[in-house]
Amino acid sequence: MHRFANPARFLKIARPLTGWLFWPGLALILAGAACGLLLTPADYLQGDTVRILYIHVPAAWLGMGGWAGIAVAALMQLVWRHPLAGVAGRAIAAPGALFTAICLATGSIWGRPTWGTWWEWDGRMTSMLVLLFLYLGYIALANASARDGQAGVSSVTAIFALVGAVNIPIINRSVVWWNSLHQGPSITLRGSSIEGSLLWPLAPTLLGFSLWFGAIVLMRMRAILAQNKVEARMQRLARG
Amino acid sequence: MNQWAFVIAAYGVTAAATLVLSVLSWRAMRGAERAAERLSDRA
Repeated sequence: MHRFANPARFLKIARPLTGWLFWPGLALILAGAACGLLLTPADYLQGDTVRILYIHVPAAWLGMGGWAGIAVAALMQLVWRHPLAGVAGRAIAAPGALFTAICLATGSIWGRPTWGTWWEWDGRMTSMLVLLFLYLGYIALANASARDGQAGVSSVTAIFALVGAVNIPIINRSVVWWNSLHQGPSITLRGSSIEGSLLWPLAPTLLGFSLWFGAIVLMRMRAILAQNKVEARMQRLARG
Repeated sequence: MNQWAFVIAAYGVTAAATLVLSVLSWRAMRGAERAAERLSDRA
């Protein structure tokens, strides 16, 4: 990873990679969503609301995956002093928070016709809401670091990210540990309990949203690096 | 309420949020990179 510690070398790869991730990602999202809305059958129990699966699951995956990425970046910043790690953490925070919010919103919309309620204070939903608050706290701390003139994030912000990572396995195991309205784990390493005729459009939307997420993170990293370059130049000019 | 109303609401929220973040991220990137290019040209 230290090969990419030089921002110029990183940007040489990030510039073409942004488009390569964004457009195929968007195409896969649209194709997967169209297949999920038009081609798959309605579920025998949940009816047409099961189609929310194709956006709710990728949102949950990226909300949790985003925080895992922030935690890895924080570890790289604290242990190896990687200069781009803090920049990556800051760049992941907004799309990660957005997908956590989308997961909560689509889950709530799915819950109303399926469970008869928009919200339930059970383990899965509450721990996911805690993740959203962790993202908001991280964004506030990262913005404060940026105002202090740091390119990445402060050590306190990085430690906050590592401590917050404790919530990720709690979210994952919440439906096993506590009785819940939310269904148990339906996709595991051992297979899926979802019928194949309903499951297949999830693969393109999952991959598509992941590629799109990568493109957004690269765009935000490029923006932060360019802003840092401008600020450094302005400071040099001000000093004469 | 028709089940499709819930499906459309969920997809609508997701499409609007992803579109807004895409536009904001792209504009922030282009704006910052153009400002950096202008400073490089001036130097």
